[in-house]
Amino acid sequence: MNQSARPNNFFSLLEGALPRIVVAPSFVAMVIFIYGFILWTLYISMTKSTFLPSYDFVGLAQYVKLWSIERWYVACRNLLVFGFLFIAICTGVGLMLAIFLDQKIRAEEYIRTIYLYPLALSFVVTGTAWKWILNPGLGIERLVREAGWTSFTFDWLVNSEMSIYAVVIAAVWQSSGFVMALFLAGLRGIDDSIIKAAQVDGASLPRIYGRIIIPTLRPVFFSSFIILTHIAIKSFDLVVVLTRGGPGYSSDLPATFMYAYAFSRGRLALGASSSMMMFFMVMAIIVPYLYSELRRKRHA
Amino acid sequence: MPSVAARTPGETAARVAIYAVLGLFVLYYLAPFFVMLLTSIKPLDEIRTGTLISLPHDVTFEPWRKAWGYATIGVTNEGIKGFFWNSIRMVIPAVLLSTFLGAANGYVLAKWKFKGSDAFFAMLLLGCFIPFQVVLLPMARTLGLLGLSESMWGLVLVHTVYGLAFTTLFFRNFYVGVPTELVNAARIDGAGFLRIFWKIMLPVSKPIFMVSIIWQTTQIWNDFLFGVCFSTGATQPVTVALNNLVNTSSSIKEYNVDMAGAIIAALPTLFVYFVAGKYFVRGLTAGAVKG
Repeated sequence: MNQSARPNNFFSLLEGALPRIVVAPSFVAMVIFIYGFILWTLYISMTKSTFLPSYDFVGLAQYVKLWSIERWYVACRNLLVFGFLFIAICTGVGLMLAIFLDQKIRAEEYIRTIYLYPLALSFVVTGTAWKWILNPGLGIERLVREAGWTSFTFDWLVNSEMSIYAVVIAAVWQSSGFVMALFLAGLRGIDDSIIKAAQVDGASLPRIYGRIIIPTLRPVFFSSFIILTHIAIKSFDLVVVLTRGGPGYSSDLPATFMYAYAFSRGRLALGASSSMMMFFMVMAIIVPYLYSELRRKRHA
Repeated sequence: MPSVAARTPGETAARVAIYAVLGLFVLYYLAPFFVMLLTSIKPLDEIRTGTLISLPHDVTFEPWRKAWGYATIGVTNEGIKGFFWNSIRMVIPAVLLSTFLGAANGYVLAKWKFKGSDAFFAMLLLGCFIPFQVVLLPMARTLGLLGLSESMWGLVLVHTVYGLAFTTLFFRNFYVGVPTELVNAARIDGAGFLRIFWKIMLPVSKPIFMVSIIWQTTQIWNDFLFGVCFSTGATQPVTVALNNLVNTSSSIKEYNVDMAGAIIAALPTLFVYFVAGKYFVRGLTAGAVKG
């Protein structure tokens, strides 16, 4: 009797602990690989590490140095330009395509599939394709010149004034279909009877969109803004393949700056401090967003 | 929508304009792939004399053979094929591991909440958003200490760990929608943690497994950052190899080989997208809803 009670007790204890045992490995991995590593990077960013990590604490000196480097300013300015254009164009194009596609269009499914496929591609592939198309000697420039406009020039890829805009072109091609999908899902969620009622009142379609539909899409605007900002801050692959940050460092972004300093130039601490700056940028937009999302769910 | 018969000339014009714009964008999205394909089957001299969209006179598959089998990438000249297999060897275990762990975590977080499980979820959610640059240096060091810095298993570990946040989120949100009464009834009947998972949750999980597998496959296949930071030479994934192929400065730039290589590197994810696109889009919007 007693002998059988003991294992039962043990098994019921085990059973009670099972949920925790199951998530334990992921919890440990998360604490180490996400939060532990962030603190580790924070610490490296406050040391004198160059090629090899050193653990001499120097406080914020690397951050002061970082903000005195011209190249870092160029990277941040590029991020502003790139981020603004990328977000604005993707949102505009995405919203327009979603509204148009929502007008009972024939072959909608095929069109949607075509708009979205770039998203399945790697940025490296996208970059390779656009590097070829934007190549001044052989790409679009050549195409237009052969068509008769012989003085046409389109050299953004190799022009240090314009190279960041070349990155925008490829990035918009890759991501605008995604914004379209978000807006289309939002549009499909709107109750048709609202639109019918407005039509009965004699409102024109553009007016209905401007006054009723687009304002109700506010949450979609919000989430697509967050996601696009996040993509922009993390952008790395596309720049590496398309321009390698060049000419010079004219199309550098913080992500390529970080890679260059931490991995190619052997300035670990400076690379770490630049990655911490990226981390702060992302957190500045994500934390309020997640907070409001989680709070909204709790109240809903 | 008014029926066709009731359309005014203004409405007809508006519909023509809408179709025209949609059609133009179809061309815009298709053009790069079309140009890649066209370039990949042209001989080099036709590339030098023709334009982006001029059709090839002599169709050749030599660039494809070269990209796959004998193009120079880094120090080897065995083409992209070895790197392609690297990616496959990396994707399969990483996708399976992260999906399996995500399913188990999601089950716990949805149906077996314990003190602190909400906090765990919130921390994980935040983890979805960190720019990976912030973990690169410690990760490089850790992989070195584990003796994994040059191996495919290092990348498998990295992708599994950083994929966990997303897969957990997918499964958690899915399992929240499974009626809790079902779970409670099974508990009254004496079913335990594992039995409920096996008999109730898993049988209804097929769609979310598809989402997780498809999503993770594309994410991990397309990754470049981890690949370029944590692998060298023969262990690199295909995205890194493609970049090396395209950005190698040699005297003669073989654009046709570059384009063939790019298409080869894109084929698996394109295939997944066209075969299981609905799950891909669902993963996309699931990721978007949470943030």
